[in-house]
Amino acid sequence: MMDRARLVTLQIIVAIVAIALWHLLTTVPVGEKPLLPPFFFSTPYDVAERIIKWFSTGTIWRHLWITLVESVLAFVVGSVGGVLVGFWFARQPLIAAVFDPYVKMANALPRIVLAPIFTLWFGLGIASKVALGVTLVFFIVFFNVYQGVKEVSPTVLANARMLGMSEQQLMRHVYWPSALSWMFSSLHTSVGFAVVGAVVGEYLGSAAGLGYLILQAEGTFDIAGVFAGMFVLAAFVLVIDYLVTLVERRLLVWRPVTAETRT
Amino acid sequence: MAQGEGMTKGRTRMGAAAITFSNASIAFRLADGGSYPAVDPTSLSIADGEFVAVVGPTGCGKSTLLNIAAGLFPPSSGAVSIYETPLAGLNRLAGYLFQAEALFPWKTALENVAIGLDVMGVPQAQAHDRAQAWLTRVGLGAFGGRYPHMLSGGQRKRIGLAQVLIRDPKILLMDEPFGPLDAQTRQIMGNLLLDLWSTDRKAVMFVTHDLEEAIALSDRVVIMSAGPSARIIGDWRVGLARPRDISEVKLDPAFHALHREIWQTLKTEVLKGYEQSGGG
Ligand SMILES: Nc1ncnc2c1ncn2[C@@H]1O[C@H](COP(=O)(O)OP(=O)(O)O)[C@@H](O)[C@H]1O
Ligand SMILES: [Mg+2]
Repeated sequence: MMDRARLVTLQIIVAIVAIALWHLLTTVPVGEKPLLPPFFFSTPYDVAERIIKWFSTGTIWRHLWITLVESVLAFVVGSVGGVLVGFWFARQPLIAAVFDPYVKMANALPRIVLAPIFTLWFGLGIASKVALGVTLVFFIVFFNVYQGVKEVSPTVLANARMLGMSEQQLMRHVYWPSALSWMFSSLHTSVGFAVVGAVVGEYLGSAAGLGYLILQAEGTFDIAGVFAGMFVLAAFVLVIDYLVTLVERRLLVWRPVTAETRT
Repeated sequence: MAQGEGMTKGRTRMGAAAITFSNASIAFRLADGGSYPAVDPTSLSIADGEFVAVVGPTGCGKSTLLNIAAGLFPPSSGAVSIYETPLAGLNRLAGYLFQAEALFPWKTALENVAIGLDVMGVPQAQAHDRAQAWLTRVGLGAFGGRYPHMLSGGQRKRIGLAQVLIRDPKILLMDEPFGPLDAQTRQIMGNLLLDLWSTDRKAVMFVTHDLEEAIALSDRVVIMSAGPSARIIGDWRVGLARPRDISEVKLDPAFHALHREIWQTLKTEVLKGYEQSGGG
């Protein structure tokens, strides 16, 4: 096991090497031109300049805020829906059996084809992006909660009954914690999909947000803008992922460390 | 059967039978439509306050018998009575220490022990006080804040014991509770169990595959044959004086005599059982 300081140092070295390579390939001429034409690949310097400009003039904040709101709403609505329906299906096998093919059908559908429909239904604003994110988050949470309720250890369940729990108490002390733990174990995935839904939605038609920013830059062949948008988006995702890790550590203290399979 | 005292109703001064199996049999339906006869019609009676060990090879149906005594499922034929009342549904008078891990992984040790009171509606502060007292009794007073995965196998079994006993059940069902533990820990746990049991003498049905453990702990040792169609092939009274210390009682000549006697019969009966199942 590597200690943290060394790990971070190595990670930073990877970033420096990648940026240095990018810089060399786009600025140092081989023969008469650089290997990668800056028109298509921009340069680290231009991209950094663009990012600094966005933040110093403050134009970026509005876009970040919009994307954040869309992501959070998609996550919350999708999760609540997924938990409720997952729980309901798991406790009502008949309903689960009846709806099974339809759930599979809906989940197999590439969500991107829904984007134009959502734009028609909900307009160009936040709502259509939230809807797209919800369709992604919902199924992840739904499947995990369903699994969580179904996969409660039969011994734990028998123990709970022998300890005198009523149906309602079983819900509260057994099914619910089990379902939530499965849901939390997929937190990184579902939060990630909430952001994907928001950005893809923006990309396909909107007036604000990180996806919109990237689309605008692409429309004018502003490659520095495209790269700057991608970097800001990456940083945004990293920050959110870090926050999720903090939340997860708090909520899943009872889990053995080996159970943390996702990164 | 010649040996032992047969399937008596237990010591008369103990009063009513706590658990009575009357010709109870269990057959499992298999996925292929067939049926697996796990336990043949069996009659067994455990008196109030009696500590009975059930010994048998793995897979003979010991857990299954406990499960029907707990009311988790009914016997395929025959009946189970608890204090002379036919059992229908869960056995509310019994506490059950399971063979597999049964603690709630999302609850701390303290919460795991307190849960039995919690669900009875005991106020939380009071439930936690009593749970803390039980943790101390099983020697884990300082471990209340730990989650099950942070405890050793032996510690988890002790938490399980406290979780069951805090509800003060009249009957205690135990399924190879010390099975996965090392010899040293088994002995400590055995003494702890005897110590706790001696305070109020619950009726205990203690399942194990370890004959020595069975004799050291119990008033009566019941032997089951190998499955399928397992049945009781012997029933011995253990006359060793109480209170006992597990490691000391194993040095007692009477312990060895009984062990030898049971083992002799166990061997021949098991062999007979094999012949019978081979012939039919
Ligand atoms: N649900 C089940 N379906 C089919 N067979 C079962 C089931 N549960 C137990 N058995 C079988 O019944 C027999 C007795 O099982 P069990 O009571 O767990 O044995 P023991 O506790 O003595 O090791 C075993 O042969 C086992 O395979
Ligand atoms: Mg068993």
